[in-house]
Amino acid sequence: MGIFATLKQQLFRWQSDGSAPFRLCQRRIFIIPSRGGLLFALALIVMLLGAINYTLALGHALVFLLAGLGLTGMVHTFRNQYGMLITPGRCEPIFVGETALFQLTLGNDRSSPRLALELGVEEGKTVMAAVDALESTKIAIPVTATRRGWLALPRVKLSTRYPLGLFYAWCYLQPAMRCLVYPQPLASPLPAVSSTPNPGERSGDGGQEDFAGFRERQPADSPRHVAWKASARDTGNRPLLIKQFAGGGQLELQLDWALTDPAQSTESRLSILCGWVLAAEAAGARYALHLPDRQIPPGGGEQQRQRCLEALALVQP
Amino acid sequence: MSTPASQALDRTAVPWLFAAALVTTLPHFAHQAAWLSLLTGLTFAWGAWLWWKDQRLPGRWLLILLVIAACSSIFVEFRTLFGRDAGVAMLVIFMAMKLLELKSRRDGMVVVTLGYFLLLTHYFYSQSIPTGLWLLLAMWLVTATLIRLHGGPASTLRATLRYAALLSLQAVPFMLVLYLLFPRISGPLWGLPQDAHAGKTGLSETMSPGSIANLAQSAEIAFRVRFDGPLPPREKLYWRGPVMEQFDGTSWRPFPGRHVAERVEVISSPIGYETTLEAHNQRWLLALDAPTGLPAESALNGTLTAGVRQPITQRQRFRLAASLDYRFNASEDSAVLRRNLQLPAGRNPQSHALARQWQASEKTPAAIIAKAIALFGSRDFAYTLQPPLLGDNSIDQFLFQTKRGFCEHYAAAFVVLMRAAGIPARVVGGYQGGEANPLDGYLVVRQSDAHAWAEVWLEARGWVRVDPTAVVAPARIETGIADALPAGEPLPALIQLRADWLRDMRHRWEAINNAWNQQILGYDPQRQRELLTRLGLPDTDWGSLAIALGLACGLLLVAITGWTLYQRPRRDPATRLWHKALRQLARRQVNCAPWETPLAIARRVDAERPELAEAFRRVADAYLQARYGRPTNNLKNLKNLREALAQLPRWR
Repeated sequence: MGIFATLKQQLFRWQSDGSAPFRLCQRRIFIIPSRGGLLFALALIVMLLGAINYTLALGHALVFLLAGLGLTGMVHTFRNQYGMLITPGRCEPIFVGETALFQLTLGNDRSSPRLALELGVEEGKTVMAAVDALESTKIAIPVTATRRGWLALPRVKLSTRYPLGLFYAWCYLQPAMRCLVYPQPLASPLPAVSSTPNPGERSGDGGQEDFAGFRERQPADSPRHVAWKASARDTGNRPLLIKQFAGGGQLELQLDWALTDPAQSTESRLSILCGWVLAAEAAGARYALHLPDRQIPPGGGEQQRQRCLEALALVQP
Repeated sequence: MSTPASQALDRTAVPWLFAAALVTTLPHFAHQAAWLSLLTGLTFAWGAWLWWKDQRLPGRWLLILLVIAACSSIFVEFRTLFGRDAGVAMLVIFMAMKLLELKSRRDGMVVVTLGYFLLLTHYFYSQSIPTGLWLLLAMWLVTATLIRLHGGPASTLRATLRYAALLSLQAVPFMLVLYLLFPRISGPLWGLPQDAHAGKTGLSETMSPGSIANLAQSAEIAFRVRFDGPLPPREKLYWRGPVMEQFDGTSWRPFPGRHVAERVEVISSPIGYETTLEAHNQRWLLALDAPTGLPAESALNGTLTAGVRQPITQRQRFRLAASLDYRFNASEDSAVLRRNLQLPAGRNPQSHALARQWQASEKTPAAIIAKAIALFGSRDFAYTLQPPLLGDNSIDQFLFQTKRGFCEHYAAAFVVLMRAAGIPARVVGGYQGGEANPLDGYLVVRQSDAHAWAEVWLEARGWVRVDPTAVVAPARIETGIADALPAGEPLPALIQLRADWLRDMRHRWEAINNAWNQQILGYDPQRQRELLTRLGLPDTDWGSLAIALGLACGLLLVAITGWTLYQRPRRDPATRLWHKALRQLARRQVNCAPWETPLAIARRVDAERPELAEAFRRVADAYLQARYGRPTNNLKNLKNLREALAQLPRWR
């Protein structure tokens, strides 16, 4: 980062906006003439000289009207941002190398629309947004994740040139939002299946293979297992039914940090573990994860996958 | 070169740019060379076709070639690339070519800026009210284009036009303040190009048969006069232009050398007046005979013509005074008298013979003049705008054969007769008469009032005005040219208006125009000083004017910012009615916490105020319907809520 960029960072430093909705107040909006505005000003000066030289009374009037237009344009560019309500939203976890989408809701409680708003983080792609009168718009700010762990939303620049493009107004948003970044999965063969299932565990319950009856649906159940036909036969407002399976040859994988190649870097080993978790989940297996500082008991399904990936993402290097 | 998404020009913005280009260039088609208009129109059509078919725009090299070709043609046409007309032609061409290069939003910005600039160039040609209105509309459209350019497709046509109107209206106060307070400088700042004031009509410095008759066919206004007192009699309104002393057989010219300062004896008391002269590109003011008070920048040039150093290239106001009865150069320099007796040798022998015959028979110059006047007064002579063409001996032909002429023929023939008879005489060009506008009291003098008369020098009386036209066509002097000419003469319709209501409408229109010229276009450094003095800021220098200007603009900006940013707090009508119901409860000591839901409150009312329970339950239900029911039933739900609230017993 050059001196200028550092200085800029220091000059426009803001405290975090927290995770609550906040409103854009006048103190945080900056405004300067844009390049188009400078061209316009230059044209006005030349026009004024022409009007004076040829003594054009209406020429004077036109130049002054356009100068007034520029000034009101400045106020309206400022207004396009002023008082906007920003509500931080959520952000789905992603893998390293993917693009995190931080959701923000732009609220407009004014009876005129706010158009041509440009949002983006520095060195990132920008998105365009428009908010209709008395409406709100949900937008997602893309940030590319390069490291695993928590990715905090960097400072977001919200800028606009609307309506006349003669001025450029911007402000920085710093909502406290973060995105969990999982390690980049590395496809590699799954480790050997542990031969002896845990003796303390009741086998046959919650397997995937043999149909064993119905039970009432719990919120954590996957929709794939809902017995739609059986539920449809049922009249009344009973909860949905879930097909239960009893697994005979249930796999149970032990995904162990120790099984990865110690010669490789921590990140690569985490990537291998991550790939295993995904592969095991895809295979419908039950799996446990053993990390140096954390153990995750065997399990299966979306919840287990999330727990494992989260543990992998947050491993201390 | 790729453009980021926010900088790209969306396809639907292009018609806006075309419209902006069209309204800003179109009025120039009326006066620029036909090939230029054709080229511009073809370029527009090509660009529009490319857009319609969604085809690739022409490459950069082709565009550069086109621009070079167009500029060379302009150079060939105007012999320069600078100057008014060539400059305007270049701007128009650039505008057309830019439409073939619309790739990014920056190109759009260039089109809009060019458009604003082109608006100014129309004022070179006209600053009338219609031009002003048309350009106001054009400015509105260009501004809307600018908004559309930056608002993207989300801005609809109606909303964009309305927003442009709002912005323009908010800019008007700034315009007024700047117009009144911005330090005015009288131009020009640098030398104006040769063609700066081309195409101005008016009296010229030479007079030949037909020159004034041509001018008389124009209804254009030459100048407007406001007298301090009542309007003097019409037959005394001789507005003096150039005095022509040299005759070469066909045309008359002023004496080019130096003149001795004139000596004017004022007989009647001077009357003051203010004249607003249209640009005529000549160095005289057309003052009323005889000028006694002149503005600082003007001086008499020795022949009683009020001269100025710089040609009048724009509409200007002057304060003057005149004495209608006067004696001018009662004793004249002998060189001047000799000059005014010269005639081209060998021309017009018949006239010379006639004059010499008079000289022999009559004793006094006055008697000779009377002879000549009597000759013109005979029935043979006719006053017409379409005299026959005359040959080398033009005066002889006119006097003895055709006998049909306009004022310049009569003046010239009279002066030739006088000179041949030994009386010093010369031709004076100018205007005679004028028409009073009853609405604003201004006397309007048109090109059709252009006139030529004669001046003879008599011992002890000096130069005396003799107007032979007054004998041939007395109506010309007494009521005006429309009455003096027989029917069928090619006078412009405007002057011939006989119908009263038409004349009345013309007066109205001209009074409006005059007010526009005087009050708006005529706001010059002097008017500004007067205004500042009236505002209590006499003798302001630039510094304090700049401070005043800055203060006024700052205040305006604050006012407009406040107006723009102020938001009336808005509340959903259902919430408003619900709060009203809660206030009713509060008066009955049922206090509700902000977190309590309507149904919870209703349950509490059941327990605490059973007498209200049913009515309040209805209010709560209606409120929930209005808040959370179908949006399509919104109005009905609100009505229900209002009714339920009305049924809630009031606290007394």
